[in-house]
Amino acid sequence: MSETTNNSLPDAAEVKKALLKKYPVKVARKREKQIVLNKCNGECDGNIQVPEIQANARTIPGIISMRGCAYAGCKGVVLGPTRDILHIVHGPIGCSYYAWLTRRNQTRPTSPEDPNYMTYCFSTDMQEEDIIYGGEKKLKKAIEEALAIFKPKALDIFATCPVGLIGDDVHAVAREAEKNHPDVNIFGFSCEGYKGVSQSAGHHIANNKVFTDVVGLNDKAKEGKFKINLLGEYNIGGDAFEIERIFEACGMKLHSTFSGNSTYDEFTSAHTADLNLVMCHRSINYLADMMETKYGIPWFKVNFIGAESTAKSLRKICEYFEDAELTKRTEEFIAKEMEAVSKEVAKYRPRCEGKLAMLFVGGSRAHHYQDLFKELGMEVISAGYEFAHRDDYEGRHVIPTIKVDSDSRNIEEIEVEKDPTRYSQRLSDERKKELEAKGLKMGYYEGMMPDMKENSLVIDDLNHHEAEVLIEKYKPSIFGAGVKEKYVIQKSGIPLKQIHSYDYSGPYAGFIGAINFYKEIDRMVNATPWKLIKAPWQAEPQLAATYAWE
Amino acid sequence: MRKIAIYGKGGIGKSTTTQNTVAGLAEMGKKVMVVGCDPKADSTRLLLGGLHQGTVLDTLRDEGEDVSLEDISKIGFKNTTCVESGGPEPGVGCAGRGIITSINLLEQLGAYADSQKLDYVFYDVLGDVVCGGFAMPIREGKAEEIYIVVSGEMMAMYAANNICKGIVKFAEAGAVRLGGIICNSRKVDNERAMIEAFAKKLGTQMIHFVPRDNMVQKAEINRKTVIDYDPTHTQADEYRALAKKIDANRMYVVPQPMHTDELEKLLIEYGIAN
Repeated sequence: MSETTNNSLPDAAEVKKALLKKYPVKVARKREKQIVLNKCNGECDGNIQVPEIQANARTIPGIISMRGCAYAGCKGVVLGPTRDILHIVHGPIGCSYYAWLTRRNQTRPTSPEDPNYMTYCFSTDMQEEDIIYGGEKKLKKAIEEALAIFKPKALDIFATCPVGLIGDDVHAVAREAEKNHPDVNIFGFSCEGYKGVSQSAGHHIANNKVFTDVVGLNDKAKEGKFKINLLGEYNIGGDAFEIERIFEACGMKLHSTFSGNSTYDEFTSAHTADLNLVMCHRSINYLADMMETKYGIPWFKVNFIGAESTAKSLRKICEYFEDAELTKRTEEFIAKEMEAVSKEVAKYRPRCEGKLAMLFVGGSRAHHYQDLFKELGMEVISAGYEFAHRDDYEGRHVIPTIKVDSDSRNIEEIEVEKDPTRYSQRLSDERKKELEAKGLKMGYYEGMMPDMKENSLVIDDLNHHEAEVLIEKYKPSIFGAGVKEKYVIQKSGIPLKQIHSYDYSGPYAGFIGAINFYKEIDRMVNATPWKLIKAPWQAEPQLAATYAWE
Repeated sequence: MRKIAIYGKGGIGKSTTTQNTVAGLAEMGKKVMVVGCDPKADSTRLLLGGLHQGTVLDTLRDEGEDVSLEDISKIGFKNTTCVESGGPEPGVGCAGRGIITSINLLEQLGAYADSQKLDYVFYDVLGDVVCGGFAMPIREGKAEEIYIVVSGEMMAMYAANNICKGIVKFAEAGAVRLGGIICNSRKVDNERAMIEAFAKKLGTQMIHFVPRDNMVQKAEINRKTVIDYDPTHTQADEYRALAKKIDANRMYVVPQPMHTDELEKLLIEYGIAN
């Protein structure tokens, strides 16, 4: 199929109609609220007003969703990338095997003695008899075995679906094990896959436990100025390594990353940092909020995906710290890096300009990656998240208006208070006002929609049927999603870039990452094999049918 | 082979009634297998003269895959075959899953094969139909005939009515039907008439009224059925009568469970009001 450029776009309202056409009335009525034509309705109280989108709602049964489960969000996303917490999955072996992250998240131990358990896959390997008789004994044994062999500082347990069904109490087992091993921090997560409507529930569960059981255990601060925690950066394809390089070059002290290339000790003293930066807003904003309330650490949203966005984020940090030396060093660094980036942009932009992309991924990634495509002159014509909430689309100012449904109520919301001794307000109210006047919004995320063009289609929880309609109507040059979508899309002759695992390439963060991405996208959108092949049904007539209700 | 499951409220006397009836059928020369579907594994105690050692699930756990039918079935009173599903201790694991596993294993081991020459298989199921596991005997045509043990007490009738709802659900898709209501008397006023009316409302019959008699307790303390312990006692004849009625029964229905108001009305009409 021939590609569309942004000069000959189909009418978005018509595309929306086409997306809904095949659905039964009730399904169409629900999806209708989750497929939105973007509009920027000006500003109100300093917030850009965009249309309301329904998000974080149950997927309709029968629809092939792109979503994952709560366990995936808790173990796979938030905790998994930490190398020296020993992660035991209590469940059947498949849950553990498919959440083994060795190819996705990278980590770099600082010495041969620095433990790294990410290359291991720990599971209780529940069998039918463990379901019938209960699996707690097996779990206790697994913990003892793991402690004896690896002697970790911390060990966590992840509950999978069957564990919740039969009532094994992972928290009780954790408490008992900790009693026998007081020098090891042992804690469990009730992150059974069926909780919530997507992996988002698992993120929240992970945030809560890390906050109550890990952060704040060690008051000894790291040495250095401008101490920063980077929240919601998971070191996919080595992204965190590039961000670490940047921070170091600019003279900022990265205290801990939640949780790419991270360690347990860094988590325990994270409350001593000066500032929290939030990358993936959806998966980690809870921790940022709770740390602000309890310890007084302010946070703002950053994005290190895209060279311009990286520079912008670095400048925000400088603005926050208001230090001449830091600003000077950072500006020099940006100038040097941007010079290299500009050369590459000049090379790749003419080859990519005007082409269309689509992004359906994550809870912030569909937003972040738009910046990289913009740098190539490409337009993201349609985008959406898998597991985001309304605030990730429309901005955090809508949070008070989000209707809390029973699915969300099932996920614990913990009450946090000021720590009586360790709370220290890093940012005075006055200074906060000053910063906000300059445009640095503290504790805020503006969402994806204000950054998207008028009439671009914003779609929450996209499914296979809609993906097929979208590519048929828009004929984009590239589609960014995950491995579940990859081959469905590629069968239509459109290359799919994995944004969850980078197809084992990367990094794409920071300046070096941006260059990597330009090269990769150029390779993918300008490779011709896709256009040289014709599927049999494109050449021969095929049998057509309609549904009874049509 | 007739495949029968006995359901009823907890403590109503399912195991006692089942085993005494099975003893009656065995006396008639029928070849019967009893499958206990209760983690307590006490559904065959009276036929075996003591608790079954080596439940299906325990054996499966200890022996792994190498389990034979002989390992899990014991021969009891008058050549009855006794099997206990077994399961976890209270509050642990999933007994329902255990029942599914053990019935599947029994099938694979050929416990129901023609070579066993069984006339009857009885499933004695714990309490109410609480989850998919406890419904296992009435799913996929495992049991085709259900008898519900009930008394004139309100909660027993509530439970029986609920069990009927379960039967309706599985009857739509399979062969399972209600064979009748067994009244195990608690000497409630007007009990017989009330249960007869109850059965009629459900679209079935009260197949037998088993009077209350201390002989049942006495035999039970001696780990025996009444027929085994005191074959000449009148209570033994009651069980023989029930066995004969079941053997002759051809009335299989899809029950019509009542609404709660309807059930309460019945109770007032026959019970409290009189």
